[in-house]
Amino acid sequence: MNGALVALIRRDLQLAYRRRGEMVTPLMFFIMVTALFPLGLDPEPMLLRTLAPGVIWVAALLAGLVGLESLFKSDYEDGSLELMVLCPVPLELVGLVRVLTHWLITGLPLVILAPLMGMLLSFPSSAMGTLLIGLLLGTPILSLLGAVGAALTVGLRRSGMLLPLLILPLAVPVLIFGARSAAMAVAGDDVSGPLYLLGAMLALALTLSPFAIAGGLRVSLEN
Amino acid sequence: MFTWFHKLASPPYFYKFAQNVAPWTGWITLLLLAAGLYGGLWLAPPDYQQGDGFRIIYIHVPSAWMSMSGYAFMAIAAGIGLIWRMKLASAVAAAAAPLGASFAFLALVTGSLWGKPMWGTYWVWDARLTSELILLFLYFGFMALNRAFSEQRTGDRASAILALVGLVNLPIIHYSVVWWNTLHQGPTVFVGTHSDISMRMLVPLLVMIAAFMLYFATFVMKRLQFEIIRRERSTAWIRELL
Amino acid sequence: MKSWHEFLIMGGYAAYVWPAYAITAVVLIVNAWLPGRQLRRLLKDLKRRMHEEEKP
Repeated sequence: MNGALVALIRRDLQLAYRRRGEMVTPLMFFIMVTALFPLGLDPEPMLLRTLAPGVIWVAALLAGLVGLESLFKSDYEDGSLELMVLCPVPLELVGLVRVLTHWLITGLPLVILAPLMGMLLSFPSSAMGTLLIGLLLGTPILSLLGAVGAALTVGLRRSGMLLPLLILPLAVPVLIFGARSAAMAVAGDDVSGPLYLLGAMLALALTLSPFAIAGGLRVSLEN
Repeated sequence: MFTWFHKLASPPYFYKFAQNVAPWTGWITLLLLAAGLYGGLWLAPPDYQQGDGFRIIYIHVPSAWMSMSGYAFMAIAAGIGLIWRMKLASAVAAAAAPLGASFAFLALVTGSLWGKPMWGTYWVWDARLTSELILLFLYFGFMALNRAFSEQRTGDRASAILALVGLVNLPIIHYSVVWWNTLHQGPTVFVGTHSDISMRMLVPLLVMIAAFMLYFATFVMKRLQFEIIRRERSTAWIRELL
Repeated sequence: MKSWHEFLIMGGYAAYVWPAYAITAVVLIVNAWLPGRQLRRLLKDLKRRMHEEEKP
């Protein structure tokens, strides 16, 4: 099983690397959305500073939706998903590996870019650490939730419209605790509460969502 | 008892069961509604702070209550349909979703109509209204996924997984919204927070909640009849029925 | 409530109380009326199809 798991991780990373052009799209989306806000609002630093946590978090949330429907699509269409069901690695783990590699390629660069976008929105550097930790804890949850939606709709031809409706309501707590922790850090408050809650939600998502992902993939493969 | 339960789970038997029972629960619903409205709109004294404006409580609270418990009911039914492959349970979930969604909608509308005289605006990002809005979107997601597949069985099972994820998430969403709201010290004027609510106000509220629950039960059964026929249209017992 | 007049005015809150009740009534009535209509239509449709199958 270990050999199969290693092969799976290598394959996912390789595939992700070969499609790196596609992987840049969410990042570009993230940069553009955050850069558009000052243009739509007033470029007044104090205003931007209060809005920055929310803007960055909402942009990260939406960037997670870009290209999400292709997460399992090619494996579903060429039949490799059916082989993965049969392989010795449980499908739950297959899904988890896929989500984590997807997060490494799209989520992690987004987290690294976030301080830069924070600077554009005059987000104070004293609170940057909280923003980074919050995004590091929060974006994997968003990837896991997104993967549940992608697994449930992989059998549909046009799932692009449906996915946001399925995922965004579920992502509300992540947005609230993430953006609020960054805003509290700007105000100089103690941020351990919301960050612990984000950590707890990450633990919950890591343990439960693989079952939902595998269940969704099995349902999609049945018809 | 158990054999009766087992029989009830078979679509043809349940179809006839619903046909016999739904009119009865329907009439009781109507009686309870009449009693609750008379008690709430006529007999109950005006609230000492909100005057007669508080009377919206008799439809707002039952709607909010049914939208929340309706989601739990729907998710559990969908889960039973998913895990034990019980067709009737999946049909129950599909029948309950539109009703639950309309109660969530009513809770939103009545809540903001209540909010206008109390807060001065129709919409305040109050914890209850916000989580009711998110709940409405959860219902929409379930209904959209349920109907998205050409094969109804696939739609049932996919939307069941979504409903279970939503059920785990619902308390988290609710408490995160409450936490977010307390940071802003949102104005909460609902009578439910009064501890000294008088019996003449409380009894009609309980009657209205009971009436809404029975309404939900009645029309889940009615919708279920439609869902059963739609799903089983090519089976022998439907031909006999016709 | 002491009179019909008082009942209709709702202590000045009539503009909020009555629309709330009216919308609730409309939604509840529509939800009660729709499933019966859908069911009758479906049954009629299925019956027609069955007769068509039997004829030739």
